[in-house]
Order: sequence, then C-alpha cells, then structure tokens
Amino acid sequence: MFDTALSAADLVFLAKGAGMTILVTAISVAIGTLLGILFGVIRVQLGATLSLPLTFFLDIFRSVPLLIQLVLANAFMGMVLRLQISGFTVACGVLSLYTAAYCAEIVRGGIDAVPATTRRAARSLGMSWMQDMRYIVAPLATRIALPSWIGLALGVMKDSALVYVVQVTELLKSTQILITRLQEPLFLLLICGAFYFLISFPLARFGGYLEKRWSHD
Amino acid sequence: MIEIQNVHKSFGPLKVLKGIDLTVEKGEVVTVIGGSGSGKSTLLTCINGLEPIDSGRILVDGTEVHARTTDLNRLRQNIGIVFQQWNAFPHLTVLENVTLAPRKVLGIGKAEAEAIAEKQLRHVGLGDKLSTFPSRLSGGQQQRMAIARALAMSPDYMLFDEVTSALDPQLVGEVLETLKMLAEEGMTMICVTHEMAFARDVSDRVAYFHKGIMAEIGAPEQIFGDPQHPETWAFLASVR
Repeated sequence: MFDTALSAADLVFLAKGAGMTILVTAISVAIGTLLGILFGVIRVQLGATLSLPLTFFLDIFRSVPLLIQLVLANAFMGMVLRLQISGFTVACGVLSLYTAAYCAEIVRGGIDAVPATTRRAARSLGMSWMQDMRYIVAPLATRIALPSWIGLALGVMKDSALVYVVQVTELLKSTQILITRLQEPLFLLLICGAFYFLISFPLARFGGYLEKRWSHD
Repeated sequence: MIEIQNVHKSFGPLKVLKGIDLTVEKGEVVTVIGGSGSGKSTLLTCINGLEPIDSGRILVDGTEVHARTTDLNRLRQNIGIVFQQWNAFPHLTVLENVTLAPRKVLGIGKAEAEAIAEKQLRHVGLGDKLSTFPSRLSGGQQQRMAIARALAMSPDYMLFDEVTSALDPQLVGEVLETLKMLAEEGMTMICVTHEMAFARDVSDRVAYFHKGIMAEIGAPEQIFGDPQHPETWAFLASVR
C-alpha cells in the first residue's frame, strides 16, 4: 500500500515505550488508589470542616496542570533538596498524588452514596464501624465508584505521556523520537494511537465485565 | 427486661421525647401508637443506642444503654430492630444477608450460620428464596427477610418500627402475620405501628404517644374500648 522505513527494531522500541507507559500508570494508579481510599475515608469521617487542610492539599494536585507539577517536583527534588532521584521516581510520585487527589473524591462520593439507613441496619445487628465499612460500605461504594475509577485510570494512562519532561521515555516520547528520525508523523502516530488503544481497551472491558457481574437486576 | 426511666431527647430545638417512663417485661408485647412526630420511632432507636439521649436512662437486662462503658455492639446483638424501610444489603443474596452478622459478629462458622439462617428464613416463609438477590423480592418479602436477619442473631428483644408503613396494602398482611407468629412464640417485642387491628389483637399493652409524652398505657381492651386521655380518644376517632 505504501512504503515505510519503520523496522522491526523500531516496533520493539515503541513496545518498550508502551511498557514504560504501562509501568508508570500501574504504579501510580495502584499507589494513588490506596492513598485515595485513605484520604477519601478520612474526609468522610472528619466531615467537611475538619478535613479542610487535606481537601486544600488535594485541590492543589487537581488544579495545577500535571506538566507544571512534574517540572516543579523534579526541580525541587534536584535543586532544593539536592537529592539524586530518578525521573521515573519523580514521575510515579507526582502521578500517584495526582491520582490520589481525584480518587479521594471518587471514594468520598461512593461512600456518601451508600444509604445511611443501610449502614444503620448493619450497625443495629451489632456490627462495628470497621465491619460495616468492610462488609457493607466497601462493596456497595466500589460498585458505585467503579465507572469513575476506570475513567480516572484511563485518564492517568493518557496523562502519563507528560512524564517525558522528567526524562522518562514512554510511548509518546518514543514515537516522537521515531518521527524525528523517520519523518513519517501520521503513520507513526497511528501506530502510537493503536498501542494506547490496546492498553486501554482491556481495562475498559474489565470494568464493563465487573459492572455486569455486580448488577442483579 | 427493658426499663425506660424519664428519658428526654431532642433534635436541636425540637423536643421529641419529654420524660418517657416505660417498663417492658420479658415475653411482653407492647405496641406504641400515636400520630407522626409523637416520638414513638425515636424511642426505639434510643433503646438500642442508635440515638443518644439527653437525660434519663434506659436499662436492658440491667445494662445502661447510654453509659460510656457499655459495649453497644455487644448490646445490639441482643436487641433486634426492623425498620420501616427494610434496608436489605443489596449486594448479598437473601441467605448471605441473614448469615453476615452471625458469622462476622458472633463468629459462628459458615455451615452453622447457614443452618440458622435457613431455619429463620423458612420460619418467615422465604425458604425458597435463599439464593435470590433482594432486588428480586417484593417489599413484603424484603421486610420478612429483614425480620429473619434480626432473628438470626437470637435476640431476646425485638423492636419493630412501623414495619408495614412503606408496604403496598396487599403486602401488609404477610408481614403482620409474621409478627403475630413471633408474639405467640413468646418473643419480647415493642412494636411502633399504625395498624390498630394488629395492636388490638397482639399486644399485652398498648401505649399512646402524643407530642413526646406517653399519654396513656393500658390493656388493648381499655385503650381501644375506654380511652382515658382525651387525646387518645381523638386519635383513635381519627384513624377509625
């Protein structure tokens, strides 16, 4: 159909970039989700007023563009703290907090959506706060929060393209490197897009599968 | 024995209970009637410590419910409560709804808990719905499941808070039958209800609540036949 200079080695190079994208995303979403659950529960338990400092802290990560967060965090670690921290670590750290900030809101919304009367019924059976959280609130809130969480995870995966500013060569950066060399931008971006799709699709389908499994109607 | 002594309770500026005194003996069935806002439902949630009280005390088998040292989770294992809204756990099957608390709170093994749950569910007529999810049950069935769920903890006391009020009229009967059955078996019960015929047939005593005060209490024949308090008379005339 058309000629291309793209070699098998270049495809491997792109796949390695995709691997980096998956790795950064997986680490950030995992840590970010755990922190998000913690922050979300704290916010619900403390109430709006007492959790104001935490809310403010998380709002910073939600409102400052990720690119700026990455550059500033990298500069802060290197120039101010004089720490030898790899770009990869900085990328995972910033993306984790960024994920946590959004996830905390999702978790809070999920917990708030569990009817107070249902929780009251659990407590009236003699369940402790922890048992209520574990056996009633957690499963119900998870079902409510899942679509938003899948959206967040996919968003973080795409946003992870920005970690190139801290010298992490992920999928998009790898593509740009090849574009510079091969001068076939449209074709390479098409392949790059296909890689992103291949990464996202299973996660989106997995979410759909869980939703279906959990609905009893 | 449940002893309620001079209990006061308010929600903000609103005084809901203004000095309630009531003693319910083991095996007794007491129904509480009265208009909405009379404080009758609040009293039930105070008895199992879901709501704090302002003053007075409530003793269940000698344990003061609102004392700082009282282990409420432990106390509640002995006091079943069923609400107007049946509050099924929607992610669990009927059987799991009933086995959850016995397993996690009492620490009973799975097989034994399932045997208890099955027995209770059969008792309320849901023996064929064990693996069904609550969303597939009618309101009356969900309410009976909630009763079985409370009974599975083998409580000595059962509190019923307008358990038929949210049901379609044709489903009320099946739930009242379940309550009657429990009463006949000797369960100690306090039932807040708007079902006057039920109150008359099942109760040992009927209490009439009016604006946070227990205006009158007595045998059903007396309350329904010869009410002493003018408010009781007016209330009964209005619901007839």
